[in-house]
Amino acid sequence: MTIILSFIQQSIAQGIAILFGASGEILTEKSGNLNLGIPGIMFMGGISGLMGAFFYEKSVTDAGGTPNGFVGLIVSFLCAFLAAMLGGLIYSFLTISLRANQNVVGLALTTFGTGFGNFFGGSISKLAGGVGQISVKITSEAFRTPIPGLRKILPFGFLPYFAIIVAIVLTYFLTRTRKGLNLRAVGESAATADAAGINVTRYKYLSTVLGAGIAGLGGLYFVMDYSKGTWTNNVFGDRGWLAIALVILSLWNADKAIWGSILFGSLYILYIYIPGLSRAMQEVFRMLPYLVTIIVLVLTSRRNKPENQAPANLGISYFREDR
Amino acid sequence: MNKNEPLIRISKRDTISVGKNILIRVVAIILALIVCAMIIVALTHQNPVEVYGGIIDGAIGTPRRSWVTIREIMVLLVIAVGLTPAFMMRFWNIGAEGQILAGGIASAALMIYVGDKLPNTLLIVVMLVASVIAGIIWGLIPAFFKAHYNTNETLFTLMMNYVAMQLTTFLIVFWEGRKGSNVVGTINADNHAGWFPGVGTYWLNVIIVAVITILMYLYLKYSKQGYEIAVVGESHNTARFAGINVKRVIIRTMMISGAICGLAGTLIVGGASHTISTSTAGGRGFTAIIVAWMAHFNPAIMIIYSGLLVFMQRGSIQIASQFGLNENASEIITGIILFFLIGCEFFANYKVSFRKKGKEA
Repeated sequence: MTIILSFIQQSIAQGIAILFGASGEILTEKSGNLNLGIPGIMFMGGISGLMGAFFYEKSVTDAGGTPNGFVGLIVSFLCAFLAAMLGGLIYSFLTISLRANQNVVGLALTTFGTGFGNFFGGSISKLAGGVGQISVKITSEAFRTPIPGLRKILPFGFLPYFAIIVAIVLTYFLTRTRKGLNLRAVGESAATADAAGINVTRYKYLSTVLGAGIAGLGGLYFVMDYSKGTWTNNVFGDRGWLAIALVILSLWNADKAIWGSILFGSLYILYIYIPGLSRAMQEVFRMLPYLVTIIVLVLTSRRNKPENQAPANLGISYFREDR
Repeated sequence: MNKNEPLIRISKRDTISVGKNILIRVVAIILALIVCAMIIVALTHQNPVEVYGGIIDGAIGTPRRSWVTIREIMVLLVIAVGLTPAFMMRFWNIGAEGQILAGGIASAALMIYVGDKLPNTLLIVVMLVASVIAGIIWGLIPAFFKAHYNTNETLFTLMMNYVAMQLTTFLIVFWEGRKGSNVVGTINADNHAGWFPGVGTYWLNVIIVAVITILMYLYLKYSKQGYEIAVVGESHNTARFAGINVKRVIIRTMMISGAICGLAGTLIVGGASHTISTSTAGGRGFTAIIVAWMAHFNPAIMIIYSGLLVFMQRGSIQIASQFGLNENASEIITGIILFFLIGCEFFANYKVSFRKKGKEA
């Protein structure tokens, strides 16, 4: 029983970062922008949250005070969200205003963001004047404070709940509101949406930048909650790509992404819970999330249900004069 | 907002003079270098002249460093060349990372298992062939599904990267140098079997890449198959109407693309690192995509862009290690240069005019 409970806990813990990324990417893709920069953006969010917390705690301690966990949490949250939005803004400016190819910009952004995360993660103590191991103990503890009474069952801070709320609100927004309908129209056919009087550029910008911000929270969760406020080189790994895979698995529905993220999380750690696996077989098991995604990708491309497809204009830049 | 006339007007250029085209790119590169310098100066508090001195020293300061720089340029170039036919066909092969790893795995396996059984020249030939086959397999799988079911190739090839990555970690368990270390270490350090000839020089890498680049240029420009690729890239329907078997072209082209990326795996494993790890491809598969795309498939421009990127990467790694900073600084620098190069494409393709009194930019 305890094994099952810990398996579920671990699956959720692994899945939440991916869920944030997938929710952000769904919002982005609904506007017709395929943002392959999400992995980089998540790195940027994670390290910026850590740096925000670190410099806040350092400045307070240096001034002789005691850092307040709640203030640290707010600072860290804002840093992560803003840095990730900045990444989304770079992507938006290049693809929407300068009409560059989306895949190319996205990959460049991932290169940049991953480097950004690893560089500052590896250099932060040096840049702060060689303080050795950096500590964000107080802020990290604030991030990890569970809901009273649920510590045994759900030992997480507030971010996982927030992730699920974001996914639900996002689903409501996309399927039940006028603005959500407009956004989907932009993603399906920007030219038609434009003709209907929808401001295509504004919708694309807002959804991409906000989507990036949401994705960045995945990095924040991973660094401040899951890793307890520490950074090791490339610690975030391939989770950003899993987030993009999860968008496919959930067929562009944020509510399905909630279950999908827990499924991905469980596939990610399944190898720990199967007794008697050799180390080599463990690595084979870690291939599962990608294989499952490939299978879903092939199956959905064979069955042509329109509500289960990617937005029709996904990956295509819109230029009014080209109509 | 003024409803009469927008502040900025954007119109597509019909033509652009060669001089202006080059000028736009040169300006973009200079701006990128200035921004990079500003960041490095902000982090290291050195004066910019010294910073660029350090970059040049890091990239070509000694013969050894120059050779490493050349080697890295060649690897990036050959991957970009390999990706070119796929992109001309508008097939988004984001899977170069995986194809390189597949080729690298094949090479490393041969070095480990038959390293002492074959003469070195034959071994290198076998390694090249095996890595080509491995790359073909890795490229063929997504191409097959694209051709027959129109499965999204961007995402499929992307996922194949991580399948290859896990396959690598799986094999590392069997190949690791010290039990439990999870690192393969230098393969055949004693007898150098499977290592490209020449110590500290990389002329064989240069020759192989040069030959492939020239052949690819001729293939795309003058062969019937190259023409078919261009037509399929323009429109599947046009191609079908012209009697081209689109499915066959997709599969054949991706086999070629995968083959060259796979071969890059041998250039890295046999010709450079003499080991295999999950970072054998190290993001070069992604950077090469951008290089190939921005060079408009022109091999000469690909060399310039690869050269610029590798030069700055090598230089910034040197500066970072000098100041005890993390060597991922090079990825930030790469990202910034790429942003500027991507952004400047816009000014080559579109004309921007401002409203005020016939002032034009």
